Amino acid sequence: MKTDEVSLDVEGVSVAYPNGHQALSDASFRLGAGTICALVGVNGSGKSTLFKSIMGFVNPTAGRVRINGMPVKESLKKHLVAYVPQSEDVDWQFPVSVWDVVMMGRYGAMNFMRIPRAADKAQVEGSLRRVSMWEFRDRQIGELSGGQKKRVFLARALAQGGRVILLDEPFTGVDVKTEEAIIALLHELRKSGAIIFVSTHNLGSVPEFCDQVVLINRTVLAYGPTADVFTAQNLAAAFGGVLREFQFERSTIQSHDGRAVTVLSDDERPLVFGKDGHLEYMDRGKHEELLRKRREEHE
Amino acid sequence: MSDLLQSLTVPFQYDYMIRAIWVSALVGGACGFLSPFVTLKGWSLMGDALSHAVVPGVVIAYIFGFPFALGAFIAGLLAAGAMAFIRAQSRIREDATIGIVFTSFFALGLVLISLFPSGVDLKTILYGNILAIADSDILQVIGISAATLLVIAFKWRDLMLYCFDPNQARSLGLRANVLHITLLALLAATCVAALQAVGAILVLAMLITPGATAYLLTDRFGTMMWLSAALGVATSLAGAYASYFINGATGGCIVTLQTLVFLAAFVFAPKRGMLASRRAMRTDVFEINQPRMDANERQ
Repeated sequence: MKTDEVSLDVEGVSVAYPNGHQALSDASFRLGAGTICALVGVNGSGKSTLFKSIMGFVNPTAGRVRINGMPVKESLKKHLVAYVPQSEDVDWQFPVSVWDVVMMGRYGAMNFMRIPRAADKAQVEGSLRRVSMWEFRDRQIGELSGGQKKRVFLARALAQGGRVILLDEPFTGVDVKTEEAIIALLHELRKSGAIIFVSTHNLGSVPEFCDQVVLINRTVLAYGPTADVFTAQNLAAAFGGVLREFQFERSTIQSHDGRAVTVLSDDERPLVFGKDGHLEYMDRGKHEELLRKRREEHE
Repeated sequence: MSDLLQSLTVPFQYDYMIRAIWVSALVGGACGFLSPFVTLKGWSLMGDALSHAVVPGVVIAYIFGFPFALGAFIAGLLAAGAMAFIRAQSRIREDATIGIVFTSFFALGLVLISLFPSGVDLKTILYGNILAIADSDILQVIGISAATLLVIAFKWRDLMLYCFDPNQARSLGLRANVLHITLLALLAATCVAALQAVGAILVLAMLITPGATAYLLTDRFGTMMWLSAALGVATSLAGAYASYFINGATGGCIVTLQTLVFLAAFVFAPKRGMLASRRAMRTDVFEINQPRMDANERQ
């Protein structure tokens, strides 16, 4: 039996900021132990507000967040919630080493003066080794690559021993190898029963490593297993036309075998290659028209 | 030769000089320990604001005959509160808010001085007068410095975490508001102490320059704190001593010395100095022009 079974309940949460902006209304979902869940929505859809209410930085005007059935404040005192910040939110010039940052994850468990005991040091070393950053422990954090920086903050969450781990855009500025390493680590954490909640823009990566998805736009539009929630229809509702759609009805893919394929992308246009590596255009006919015109002008 | 030695020890023959030297050193040490927090938190402007905003408090304290430190401290906290209030209730930007509040406090101080001319000398407040410091004032400076040093000794790790990553502090269940107010209170308190040594105008230098200098010299926060404090003490000792020969302007001497040390670090610091950066840039250019062997071999 697992003694540290963890759960996250968001029940009818509404958040309004003092300037009158209603960031979230009546958002509800539930996550059980052992899951990697993506939080997907446009900019300004309330993703960060939802994170903030799970961490207790903002108080909901209505509804409540429960972690293991406890109010957020109580669960923070037990260091249950760990947070991996977005790279842009960190002062990389701050005079702290990799070791110092990971040790910060232990502060909650330390005494009044925050003097690390042997157990804290062992935990920090273990966490650093787990993300393969032990060799870099004395580096100032600004002297790391994008992927290494991410791993340091992940190690901090590990050292803290958080059971609910919030990650904000974990894959921006990260090379493919590190992305794979991070995903492997998240899988391990899921196996140990943790709730991993990942806010991301990277739609393509979601089906690859998330077993659940929460889709939001000022409220929770849908949540549940990725296969059920991550449908073209739901995404269209969540992104309301902001999504870039690359349909192949007018491109040439269909002429190969008659089947339709649609590519969805949040902010960047996908680069698509067809059979034998030829470049696909969104509208083949239009493109050929353009080429023809140019040729005529040339002649 | 013995004449020279004798003239060098002259300052130590006067009680008021010895007092000025050790009181300055004490203030320099307290400011030096706090300086890393102020510089890394980006509170330089805040420090400048508080050092001017305490002036009406000092004047009122002298008029009504209660300890100047108390009056100054209350005025400083009132100013900080006023800034926070205006910031929360309006759309005015932070720097404008700080500007409005501290100038109004300072102006109020000027009005009070001209209304009650017998209370206190404006020049003493603006430029400090450590040579004529009263015994009761010395006690207040000792009290403030001791309190500051105690708080930093016990809580520096929490305050560092708050400066580096306030969200992590909150998510560990630390009370970020308390840390914020603690830091503000320390800033106001050291402003009051430094007022005696160097005067309102130069207080900021005592709070910024040692930290900024230390920041150029190290990548570890703990080291930065000790370096900054050592610089604060050393420059204050030497500055106060040197002021005997220049006849007055103790504050000017201390701050000029601090600036000289800063300039030296700015140019010669081993890793973050101007020369070191130039050197690093040259090496980079060299490496770009001369691709490394292994890159060629791989092709």
